[in-house]
Amino acid sequence: MSRKETDKITGVETTGHEWDGIKELNNPLPRWWLWTLYATIVWSIGYTIAYPAWPLIKGATSGLLGYSTRGEVAQNIAAVEEANAALTAQLAAVDLATLEADPELNRFATAGGAAVFRTNCSQCHGSGAAGALGYPNLLDDDWLWGGDIEAIAYTVRHGIRNEADPDARWSQMPAFGELLEKEEIAALVAHVQQISGQDHDAALAGQGAELYLDNCSSCHGENGTGDREQGAPNLTDAIWLYGGDAEALEYTIRNARFGIMPPWTPRLSDAEINAVAAYVHQLGGGE
Amino acid sequence: MASDTPPPLYAPREPIFPRRVNGFFRKFKWWIMIVTLGIYYLTPWIRWDRGPALPDQAVLVDLAGRRFYFFWIEIWPHEFYFVAGLLIMAGLGLFLFTSALGRVWCGYACPQTVWTDLFILVERWIEGDRNARIRLWKADWDARKWRLRITKWAVWLLIAVATGGAWVFYFADAPTLARDIFTLNAAPVAYATIAILTATTFIFGGFMREQVCIYMCPWPRIQGAMMDSGTLTVGYRHWRGEPRGKHRKGARAAAELRQATPYSVAEKDLPSDDTGQMGDCIDCMACVNVCPMGIDIRDGQQMECITCALCIDACDDVMAKIGKPRGLIDYLALDDEPPLVPGDLAAVRPMGTEATAGGATATVPVAGRVADVPQAGDQPVVTRRATDWTPKPLWKHILRPRTIVYSVLWSLIGVGLIWALFVRSDIGLTVEPVRNPTFITLSDGSVRNAYAVRLRNMTGEDRQFRLLITSDAPLTISLEGADDTVTVPAQETLQQRVYVVAAPGSVPANSDLTDLRIWVEDSETGARASRETTFNGKGE
Repeated sequence: MSRKETDKITGVETTGHEWDGIKELNNPLPRWWLWTLYATIVWSIGYTIAYPAWPLIKGATSGLLGYSTRGEVAQNIAAVEEANAALTAQLAAVDLATLEADPELNRFATAGGAAVFRTNCSQCHGSGAAGALGYPNLLDDDWLWGGDIEAIAYTVRHGIRNEADPDARWSQMPAFGELLEKEEIAALVAHVQQISGQDHDAALAGQGAELYLDNCSSCHGENGTGDREQGAPNLTDAIWLYGGDAEALEYTIRNARFGIMPPWTPRLSDAEINAVAAYVHQLGGGE
Repeated sequence: MASDTPPPLYAPREPIFPRRVNGFFRKFKWWIMIVTLGIYYLTPWIRWDRGPALPDQAVLVDLAGRRFYFFWIEIWPHEFYFVAGLLIMAGLGLFLFTSALGRVWCGYACPQTVWTDLFILVERWIEGDRNARIRLWKADWDARKWRLRITKWAVWLLIAVATGGAWVFYFADAPTLARDIFTLNAAPVAYATIAILTATTFIFGGFMREQVCIYMCPWPRIQGAMMDSGTLTVGYRHWRGEPRGKHRKGARAAAELRQATPYSVAEKDLPSDDTGQMGDCIDCMACVNVCPMGIDIRDGQQMECITCALCIDACDDVMAKIGKPRGLIDYLALDDEPPLVPGDLAAVRPMGTEATAGGATATVPVAGRVADVPQAGDQPVVTRRATDWTPKPLWKHILRPRTIVYSVLWSLIGVGLIWALFVRSDIGLTVEPVRNPTFITLSDGSVRNAYAVRLRNMTGEDRQFRLLITSDAPLTISLEGADDTVTVPAQETLQQRVYVVAAPGSVPANSDLTDLRIWVEDSETGARASRETTFNGKGE
C-alpha cells in the first residue's frame, strides 16, 4: 500500500509513487473524460455485435452486418470488373490489327495484358519477358512463328506442339544423330557457324553446305533464314534459343530440341488473350 | 479532508462565465477574429484563371487529381517537399513565437480560441453578461431559460454548420459544390465531413471550451518546455500589487493592517494613505471574471493560461479608475521581477510577543514579503524590492539569441522554398533503366537497353516533346510506338519506353557500362530537361 502524501506547493495529494525523487500529483480527471470511457465501452459492445468478433471453435461470430474482408475484396473486384465491362467486351471482339488505332482500348489491353502475363506466362518467359534457354525471349525482334499481334494471339490461343489443340502450331525437327555421321554433323555445325557470321572452319563449312541443302533447307530455307510457317528458326541471326556455339549446335542437330507451349484457350478468355497479345506485341519486338 | 478518504477521481467541470471586457487587446482580438474567420470562410470563393484545362479556384486541394492549387502556385504530389518545408517552418515559427511571446498562438490565433470567442460573444448577446448568465445558469428550467438556451444553441449550430460547410469548399469547386450540397447531390463524404466538423465546432466551441485546451491539446505541455524566464507572457506584478486588499485610506487601513498582520506594527510604518503599505491590487476580481480559462492570473504562470491578455485589459480599466498606472497585469517575463534586497534591520519576535528592544518595535513588510521564520534578534527579516531596478526593455525580450536563431532558420527554409519554387521546371522527367533483363541482343547482333521514361507536363496545355540522347559512345535512341516525338497532354504524365541501341561489336555493346544522358526538348519552346543514366553492354 502506498503512503499518502500531499504536495506542499500545490496542496494536491500525490500518487504515493516516487521515481528518483519525482512524484506524480493525483489530480482528478474531468468528469467528461470518464463519460468518454463509458462511451467507448458501449461502442465496443455494439461493434462486437455488428462485426465479426468472438472466436468460436470453428471460425468466429459473423456479426449482424455480415461483413468480411474477403467479401469486401470480392465486392471490390466485382466493382472493377463492372466498371471495365464495356472495355472488356470491346477488347474480346476487337480486330487486333486495328487495336493500336484506339489508344484507350490499347492502354486497357496493355495494362491488363501485363497482369495476365505475370500470372500465366512469366513462369517460362520470365517476369521481364526475356525468356531463358529453351524459352524464347519476347523482347527481341526474332520470332519463330511470327511477331505481328495476330500471330502472337494465335500462338497464345492454340499453343505450340501440344496434343490438346488440333490447331496448335506444330513442327518437329528430326534428331540427326541417327541419320548422319559424326563428321557430317561437325560439317553442318561449321556451316551454320559460317552463315551466322561466327568463327568457323572454312573447309568443314564447305562440306556442310551440301549437307545443309540436303537435310536442313526444306525447313530452315536455302539461305538458313528459317521459315515461320513451320516455326523453323532463322540460323543466320545472332539469336539462339538453345545456344549458338559449336557444342550447343552439335547437340541440337544430333538430338533435335523443341519446346512445348500449352494452349490458353480455355484458361484465358478472348479478352485476356487479346490483352496479353497486345502486351507482348509492345514489349519491343512486335512487328 | 480525512486522511483515509481518497481524493475524488473525477472532477465535474466548473462552469466559466467570462465577463465582457474592453481595451486594446480585446479590440486587437476582434480584428484577428474578423481577419482569420474572413480568410477561412471566403478563401474558397476567390477565383483564379488558370486556363481551360485547370480549375479556376484560387485555393484548392484536389485530392482526386492529386494537386494543390494556391493562386499562381501549383503543387504536384512529387513536390511534397514544399508541404514538408512549410510544416517545418510552422514548427520553427511556433518555437520562435513561443520563446518570445509564450502561448501567443493559443491566445490569439488558435481556431479553438477564435471560435470560442465567437460563441461567447453570441452567448452574451442572447443571455447577457456574466452576472445575467450566472443567474440564468442557476435558474430553473422555465420557459424563458428554454427560449434563451434554444436561441443560443440554434445560433451556435448555424455557425458550426457554416464552419463545417466552409471546410469542404477547399476540396472541390466551391460554387458547384455549394449548389450540389443544397440540392442534395453532393458526395456522401462531403455531408459526412460537414456533419463531423459541425459537431466538433458546436461541442468544442459551445461546451468544451477550456477543457479542450487543458485536457485535449498537447500544445500547453509542449509550449511549457519552449518558454524560459525571458519569455514575455501575461503576468501579474505581484511586487506592485501585494499585499492586495480593498482600497481604503489612512487610519482605517492601518487598523485593518494591524489586525491582519501576524506581527506587531510600528505606527510609523503604517500606511498614512493609499500610496503606503497596500499594494495596487484592490482584489476586485476583474481579471478572474474576464478569464475564459477560469483562472486567477495572480497565482502566477500556470498551464491553463492561454495568454489571451483579456485580464490585462480588465485590470488596466480598473487601474485607470483608481488613478494608478496601467500594467499591474501585463506582458512581462519572469526575470522582469525586481530582485529582493534586504530590508531594514529590526528585532523580530515570534508571533504574539511584544516588542521591547531599544524602542524599536517589530516590523512589518514595507510592501514586500514577510520573512519565513520570525526569530528573535536583529536581522533583515523584511525584504523589499529593489527600487533602482529597470527591467529589460520589451525588444530585448523579443530579440534574444534564441529567437534570432529561430528566425534565421525559419527565413533560410523560407528562402529555400521560394528559390525552389522559382527554379522548378514545368517538365517532370524520370528515367528508370529497365533491369529485367539488363540488355537484350537483337537479331543483327546489336545490343539494346530499355528505359522507362516518365514525362510529366505540368502546364495547362498539351506539349510535344522530342527525345534525344547524348553520350560519348555511339548510341542511338528509339521509342516504343512512336518516332522521336511524343505528345504529353496538359497536366498528365506519359509513360514511354525508350530503347537505346549499340551497334554490333561497338564499344558500348561489348563494354560493361556506358554513361549516357536522355534529354527531352519541348518542340515549341525549346525548354529542356535531362537525366543521366547508364547503358549495359555485354561486358565481354
